[in-house]
Amino acid sequence: MARKKRETAGVNASSMADIAFLLLIFFLVTTTIASDKGLNVLLPPKNSDQKQDVEINKRNVYSILINSNNELLIEDKPGRIGQIKRDIKKHVRNYGKDPNFSDSPDAAVVSIKTDRGTTYEVYLAVLDRVRAGYHEIRADYIGEIAGRTITVDHYLEIAQQKTEEHRIWYEAARKKFPMRISDAEPSDGKAIAK
Amino acid sequence: MRLKKKKKADPEIPTSALPDIIFMLLFFFMVSTVLRETELLVDVKLPKATQIEKIEKKSLVSYIYIGAPQPKYQDKYGTEPRIQMNDVIIQPRQVQRLVLKEKDKLKEEADQIIMSLKVDKDAKMGIVIDVREQLRDADALRVNYSSSKPNSEL
Repeated sequence: MARKKRETAGVNASSMADIAFLLLIFFLVTTTIASDKGLNVLLPPKNSDQKQDVEINKRNVYSILINSNNELLIEDKPGRIGQIKRDIKKHVRNYGKDPNFSDSPDAAVVSIKTDRGTTYEVYLAVLDRVRAGYHEIRADYIGEIAGRTITVDHYLEIAQQKTEEHRIWYEAARKKFPMRISDAEPSDGKAIAK
Repeated sequence: MRLKKKKKADPEIPTSALPDIIFMLLFFFMVSTVLRETELLVDVKLPKATQIEKIEKKSLVSYIYIGAPQPKYQDKYGTEPRIQMNDVIIQPRQVQRLVLKEKDKLKEEADQIIMSLKVDKDAKMGIVIDVREQLRDADALRVNYSSSKPNSEL
């Protein structure tokens, strides 16, 4: 009598896909895609003993006031969010031409003053527009150095300073057009964030 | 001569590679996502912004959530926006102490701490200003106003 050939031992893997699916769904549900994105700002340091009240020429300050009804007062006139970016570009790159705007990019300051009742969303939208203006200026400037067009999206990538070239460009742009956005306090003094 | 017709092959998709594909997906999600460490007690709907920058070093980041408490906690905390840090709802004046604690954890990198402010878009600036002052007191000056891209919902 011939012996039956032994079957090779194998694990039944047909349910493997199901198991993997279950795990996959578990991870899909329990995790959130990391969303650490936003507007990076640097707060001014607190030095309580020496109260800095630097006298800044009024023409160098582009002031934005937001009241508790989320209405904007830009340079003492009622304004809209839509005009900020254009104004900032004009303000920073004025070089003393228009007496209402800044002397030089170095001296230009943007002041955003909010009320305690202002909605955060509006404040952030304003801050976003101001930064958009600065970023466009810097992108243009880097474009001049690099000899090609740099878009704002490209600039934001450069600002990550992943390569040596990007670091040099970013530093140059930052030096030429320092972003001086001040969060004026409703009650006490002024604070300038760099 | 009569040609014997070949029997047609079963029109079935071979599924033997399916587990591998699924595993690949699984690994992708495992690597690209982080487990939510803190349970959110407040509702935060991030505002939208266009000039978004990424935070590079995740290890330096601490989170502060500001928003209205979730419905199930509203008996306890009310409906006005509150501050949450590390699983607990805190008062504005407690922020400084908790931030200093977080800084201690980073040891020599303490002064590089990045505070990610996840603030609900409908919150008022008053509470944000209070937190900002506390952060200045704690000398945690690098702040990221968390926001999402205009086209995404997250």
